Amino acid sequence: MKLTVCIGSSCHLKGSRQIVEQLQALIEENRLGDKVELIGTFCLGACQSGVSVKIDETIHSLSPDGVRSFFEKEVLAKL
Amino acid sequence: MRKFDTKVQHLKYKVLTEVARLAFEGRLLENVMDIPKTIVPGKQPTMRCCVYKERAILGERVKLAMGGDRSNPNIIEVIDIACDECPVGGFEITESCRGCIAHRCEDACPRGAIVFDHEQKARIDKSKCVECGRCAKVCPYTAIVSRKRPCENACKVKAISMSEDKTAEINNLKCVGCGACVYQCPFGAIMDKSLILDVIGLLKNSCNNENYKVYALVAPSISSQFNYAKIGQVVSGIKQLGFHSVVETALGADMVADAESRELNERGLLTSSCCPAFVSYIKHEFSDLLGHVSHNLSPMAILGKYIKSRDPDAKVVFIGPCTAKKSEMRKDEVRPYIDSVITFEELQALFDGKGVDITTAEEEVLDNASYFGRIFARSGGLADAVREGLKENGITDFSYKPISCDGLEECRAALLRLRAKKLDANFIEGMACTGGCIAGAGCLTHGEKDKDQVDKYGREAFEKTIKDAISVLK
Repeated sequence: MKLTVCIGSSCHLKGSRQIVEQLQALIEENRLGDKVELIGTFCLGACQSGVSVKIDETIHSLSPDGVRSFFEKEVLAKL
Repeated sequence: MRKFDTKVQHLKYKVLTEVARLAFEGRLLENVMDIPKTIVPGKQPTMRCCVYKERAILGERVKLAMGGDRSNPNIIEVIDIACDECPVGGFEITESCRGCIAHRCEDACPRGAIVFDHEQKARIDKSKCVECGRCAKVCPYTAIVSRKRPCENACKVKAISMSEDKTAEINNLKCVGCGACVYQCPFGAIMDKSLILDVIGLLKNSCNNENYKVYALVAPSISSQFNYAKIGQVVSGIKQLGFHSVVETALGADMVADAESRELNERGLLTSSCCPAFVSYIKHEFSDLLGHVSHNLSPMAILGKYIKSRDPDAKVVFIGPCTAKKSEMRKDEVRPYIDSVITFEELQALFDGKGVDITTAEEEVLDNASYFGRIFARSGGLADAVREGLKENGITDFSYKPISCDGLEECRAALLRLRAKKLDANFIEGMACTGGCIAGAGCLTHGEKDKDQVDKYGREAFEKTIKDAISVLK
């Protein structure tokens, strides 16, 4: 599974870095390094919402405090 | 507010804007021949002896705006019919010499080159004169002037000479592409070739970024440019041109600062590799020192590489103050990552060619890099960033001694000392333009306050450390 986090300016100011850090920690915590790939991209075109994170072709909008529940619901549950 | 420093820049801008306008509208081919007359419509000349010469020169400017002579590998070209064939006599004594009895000029001359005629007026014996200018400094009547050509004066690598027909000629084996002559020639007879048509082509063929995405990498010296609008409005304008996203090249600078500090610790002595003109200078004149050049790609190339590793179809355009970057993008190690390069001057022309008014545009954000990445735009910034990189990498036992060479003359002095093993420094930051990138030839304006603007812009960065800025790059 590929998690693409938007690190464009708008998302960056809303907390891309914290989200990347948390996702990376969660991937390590759950030993999913070989199953989940985390990559950055500049602008997913959804600047109006929170930080954009794309799984396959779906864009989710995250805030730094919602990362754990997102990870459980959208990543762990679907692996 | 005035957009440019000189009327030469404004003239070049008018040509670029017309070319861009017609290219955006898809009618360049049919109308290209009309551009000179559009710019000089009447019968009264305003710049040269007659409107026909003005138009002939404009025709040459149009060619350069469309990419110039493809058989000439140099990005900088002389428009021979525009060259006014300025005098090349060096220091000369003018009519203002009153034949005084003090003869300060004679005393100041270290070579005994000042002689006096029967009216006691000074003359310079050119067989002895070394053009040091000391006589001119001491003359109480300012009767001694330098007749060196502005282009030759501007060229610190001595790449410009006079051809047989007296026009300026560039030695491609010496030219580093810094563009100083382009900015300094009072007749606009030297121009950098433009790649705006390539960029317009990239934007058009992307079909609104559906076929591929076009990324704009904006140099941090943007902070001292487009003063009549806000940076956020410039970003918005770039997107209105059709770019998919705008990224700070300063983020690439953060990547470089991090890597360069580690490389310095490993190798013990480095010269920077960010400024392509400085690297070319080492290659041309100090090839024995090439082994000291950092292995890092420039901020532009390293960021282009990252973007293409994540989005292999991406097209990457660098927008900055620099003419030498147009040559850098052709290097084998850079070509895969950068598709085109334009200057701030050319960006202004693209805005006006497409009718994008940035003063009324909505403000967008641009924030990818740290303070340290952003201050690469000025002399001394890279050395400061490497110091920070050493600190953030926990390298405490390395005795860091940087020297910031501001302009090619200082670069030369430091490289000569390095060659003689007399340089008391282990990191040479080399910037070809005096002041750093903010003084680049492709800037709209070159002001005194530019350095403060860079630092202020640096402090506004959301990320405060290099590591934080680059930690998002997964």
